[in-house]
Parts: sequence; C-alpha cells; structure tokens
Amino acid sequence: MSSQPTTLFDKVWDAHVVRKIEDGPDIFFIDRHFIHEVTSPVAFLGLESRGAGVLFPERTFATADHNTPTINQHLPVQDPLSANQLKALETNSAKYGISHWGLGHHKNGIVHVVGPENGITLPGMTIVCGDSHTSTHGAFGAIAFGIGTSEVEMVLATQCIMQPKPQKMRITVNGILGKAVLPKDVILYIIAQISASGATGYFVEYAGEVFENMSMEGRMTVCNMSIEMGARGGIIAPDATTLGYIEGRELAPKGEAWDTLVAYAQTLKTDEDATFDLEYTFDAADIEPQITYGTNPGLGTGISQHIPKAGDVKDGEASYQKSLKYMGFEEDESIIGKPVDYVFLGSCTNGRIEDFRAFASIIKGRKKADHVTAWLVPGSHVVEAQIKEEGILDILTEAGFQLRQPGCSACLAMNDDKIPTGKYAVSTSNRNFEGRQGPGARTLLASPLVAAAAAVTGQVTDPRELL
Amino acid sequence: MAYDKFTILKSTAVPMPIENVDTDQIIPARFLKATKREGFGDNLFRDWRYHPDGSPKEDFILNNPIYSGKILVGGKNFGSGSSREHAAWAIYDYGFRCVVSSFFADIFKGNSLNIGILPVQVSPAFLDKIFLAIEADPQTELEVNLPEQTITLLATGEQETFAINSYKKNNLMNGYDDIDYLRAMKEEIAAFEAARPY
Ligand code: SF4
Repeated sequence: MSSQPTTLFDKVWDAHVVRKIEDGPDIFFIDRHFIHEVTSPVAFLGLESRGAGVLFPERTFATADHNTPTINQHLPVQDPLSANQLKALETNSAKYGISHWGLGHHKNGIVHVVGPENGITLPGMTIVCGDSHTSTHGAFGAIAFGIGTSEVEMVLATQCIMQPKPQKMRITVNGILGKAVLPKDVILYIIAQISASGATGYFVEYAGEVFENMSMEGRMTVCNMSIEMGARGGIIAPDATTLGYIEGRELAPKGEAWDTLVAYAQTLKTDEDATFDLEYTFDAADIEPQITYGTNPGLGTGISQHIPKAGDVKDGEASYQKSLKYMGFEEDESIIGKPVDYVFLGSCTNGRIEDFRAFASIIKGRKKADHVTAWLVPGSHVVEAQIKEEGILDILTEAGFQLRQPGCSACLAMNDDKIPTGKYAVSTSNRNFEGRQGPGARTLLASPLVAAAAAVTGQVTDPRELL
Repeated sequence: MAYDKFTILKSTAVPMPIENVDTDQIIPARFLKATKREGFGDNLFRDWRYHPDGSPKEDFILNNPIYSGKILVGGKNFGSGSSREHAAWAIYDYGFRCVVSSFFADIFKGNSLNIGILPVQVSPAFLDKIFLAIEADPQTELEVNLPEQTITLLATGEQETFAINSYKKNNLMNGYDDIDYLRAMKEEIAAFEAARPY
C-alpha cells in the first residue's frame, strides 16, 4: 500500500478498475446504470444481435422521461415515434428483468431526479447513463458521467466500460452566499468565469464552505451543470448531509448494510496534501443572482450587470456576436427589464422540491404576469406529491399558475413543450444552445428565484427586490 | 457490434479529396431518430448524394460507377463535428472497411475502431499520391496490411507504415469489439462484482 495522499476522485476511480490495459484504457466497473427511452433501443438491439444477455439486470434502472408528455399522461402518447420508444423501453426492461418506471408509475420521473430520491445513488459508486447530465449524481460522492449508445450496450452486457482516466480539477468556493443567491447561481457563476470549455478533459471536485453548507438538492444542481464547462463530471465529498438525505429512502441500504455504507462514506474525502492538475478558488461574496444572455452556458453574468462588450468576452468575438444576434440583444445593454414570454421551472437541474419552494417564496401573494406562459414541471411524481402536501400547489394556483406532470419537458423540447421561434424564455434548465428549447427559441438560464421574479413581472427582474 | 475480422484488405478505393468532412455531412442529424442501427448506409452523405426529391446528384463520387471498393480516401481532418456514432455506422453499413486520410478527428477515429472500421493515417504527400493514382486509374488497388501496419499502392509498390494502439489492433484482427473483449472477461468481472459493497 502506498501512503501517497490521494483525492476523493482517485479513491472512487481506483476502487472500480477491474483491469488495466497496457497502451489502452482502464476496464471500469459500473455500480449503477440508468436507462431511458431515447438512447437505449439501439443498445438492446445490439445485445440481441450478438446473443448477449444483461449481465446484472438488478444494477440497471429504467425510467421514461425524455420525450414523455407533461399533460394527460393517462392518455395514449400521441407522437408515434415517442410511443414507439416508450414501448421499446417497456418491452426490453421486461425481457431482461430490469426495473422499469414507465409513464404513470409512482416512481416515474427524470432519471437524475428519481435515482437519488429512491436511494439508488450512493457515495463511492460509479454511475452511468446515456445522458450527459448524469454528472448530477456526483453530488453524493459518486463518479457519474454520460455515455454513448455503444457504451450503454457495453454496460448492459458486461457491467463495465473502457475508460481512460481524466485529469483532476478542484474548484473551491468559500464564504457565505448573499441574499437570493442559490446553488444555480454558484454554478452559473463558475461556468461564466472559466468558460463553457474551461474544464474539458477534467473531472471536477467541488470543495469549500459553500458546498459544505449546501443541501443535497443544491449539490445536485451544481454537479448537474459540471458538463456545461466541458468537464466529464463533478463530485462532492459525502458528509452528514449526504447520509441524512439517503437514510430511510426506499431502496437505500438498511441495517448492517447501512452501517457499512456509513463507514465507507467516511473514508471518501480528498487527503490534505493531495494534488490536482488544476485548481480554482472563488469567493461567495462575489456571486450575485446570475442570468445568461448568450447561446452557451458560459455566456452569463450577474443579473444587475450589463451584457459585456465584445472585447471583454473570452469566447471569441465571432461566436459572441453570432450569439447576441440570435438572442436579439446588443452589447452593453442592461439585462434587467428585458421582456419575457415564457418561464420554465423544471429539469434535472432545478425540478426538485427546493426549487418549487424557492419559486413559491416569490410568487406568494402575487399574480402571474398576463402575457407570460409558465411551464412548471416537477422532476418526478415524488416531487409532485410533495408540492401538493406542502401547500405549494395552492400558492401556485392562487397566483394563476398550473402544475404540469413530470418529465424532461422543455429542457430539450423533444415532446410538445417547445418555446416558439423568437420568444424569450427564462429557464431553470441547463442549456441555452440555439434551438435547444425549440427551433428559434431564446433561452436565458437562471435560478428558480429569477424565474419566479420574471413570471410575476413579465420581464427580467432582480429577485432581491421581491424578497 | 459484431463485425468481420480485419487482416489484409486489397481493394480499389473511392476518392473524396475534400477537407473537414464533418459528421453532419456523413449522416445528417435528422436520421438519428431511428430505433434501429441498420440502414444508415442508405443515408451516408445524404445531402451530398441526393437532391431533396431523392434523385441522385450525378457529380457526387458515390454516384459515379467507375469508383468502387472497400476503402474510402478522404481529405484532411476527416470526421470532425459531433460524437454521433451513427457516422461510423453509416460508413460501415455502406460497405467501407477502411478510411484513409492525413488526419482524423479524435472521436470519429475512436468510434470507427469500436465498430470495425480501420482508420489509416498517412502523410499528406502519400495521400496526394493515392489521389493521383486513383485519378490516373480508377481500378488501381491499395493493400492495407494490419498485422504489418502498412499501406501499399500495388501498382508502384510505394508504401507507408501507419500507427495503431496494440489493444485496438488485436481487437480488429480478431473481429472483437470492446464488448467481446469484456464478455471474454466475464468471470473476472463477476468476481469483482461479488466483492463490491453494493
Ligand atoms: S431534464 Fe434535460 S438534461 Fe435532464 S435528463 Fe432530461 S433532457 Fe437530460
């Protein structure tokens, strides 16, 4: 045994290497595999054509989310292509003995919401899914990342993938967050600082007081968006908050198994003198509520700021100008006061109960702006039930909002929830790429508080003024 | 995906002296909605190959019957763009087993090796020789020898060596993909699994 100080990431990674290939990648064991209807059908066909089975079906979990409707889920799905993919997920899961949480199932919801809330995501695990925001699960001290279709097949057949080990980065944020500054603002701020490709090739550990004081929901929001700065994933050391969140969840370990987990989790931290390939440190006091103005998540700024001048942007002038043109914005304009047509609260970034609580804290006693269309989409049925139990639904209804049914919805607009061409949407999701929320849609990424402020005023508004 | 073993390939080649052929050209995004892997070859280079009404564009190389073979020779930076594995599927499904270029985009190269296509990187000068040789005689043959890691213009005997990592070389020569490799380790994996805390 070497006594070399190691990082949390190394500890989890090294514990999962089945074999090292010389002049090749590591053979990497996967503890948990999530699948959904869009990226799995071809993988199952591949399995079938090679006559392979699913090696450990109890390690894979299926949920329908990417192209499901968010209203009338009890009715047959209208779009034949979506219906086809949903059917394939159901049939394949049944055939190979995989737990399947289809439309209407009480555990159904967005894959990265239902994994943690059912106690499937645990510290020290490796977790993959054919969706890039699998990085969400890193909030629990797990190594989690998105994979391609061939790799989905690989994990089904062998529970392993071939992976070269990424480099390591640590991002430390110390201090106390200001009024109305949420975890979403922290990660949008970080991405704006280091750019949308600043962490390419790295796996990021988040450290410091801000993350230590953050709830699990908040940590998930942060880890979720790691890949928006190019990182393979993000990870946060497990602590009492982590264990408190997991304990008692339906599929979480119980009894002796629980004690083992607790003991293991305590070993999962970066040693004092361990080194990283790259480190950044930020101060919580510098972070105000954030909003994006461009077409990648790195083009964002504090809400009270003006859109930067071309010369001040790291991204390169040509793509910056193209971005502003698409958004219909000018250099050096104030973002506050920009008209808003749509508000989207939801996605695996901000579709959890805390996000709905935050949203409700602003709209309580106010009314939705008449011209705003608001899509409030819980991340799962469990979240939906909590919204009702806690009386949040009443607050929403009184303010003129409706609640939709769980799913990815306008995050990638594969179902009918598409923002129309040219319209402005303040969205709590994770990508503002051209056309991501519908052809021609203009997305401003922000926190649930900024979304709520926009929903009641009909324009980009500083939430600190409404709290 | 199961594919045929690759050892020595002797074939005529299809020349495509265009730089930066990106994955959106190889297979346009609208063909990614399928729930099956077959048939991508029909849409290989779809928008270069067909008019919007589906009739073939006469001047596109794949529509010219004098060129054929299992080797596609492309310009510099072949396969740039998105990570879609569908691009490699389309090339394989169409019938190519080897793509020759002076530079490949990283992800495309990895995807190709995963599904049984050999990307052969040659020097810019040798690439020009190949284009000229095919132009002079469309029936001219190339030999790609994977065990020896050589590519030869058979008419003149001119030859270059190419690089490939030994793990991937072994896979291609045995017709293995990563999944076959991993499946062959089933017992080792099962033992590893049994020792996992959860
Ligand atoms: S909500 Fe968006 S990012 Fe999250 S899983 Fe669904 S499509 Fe992917």
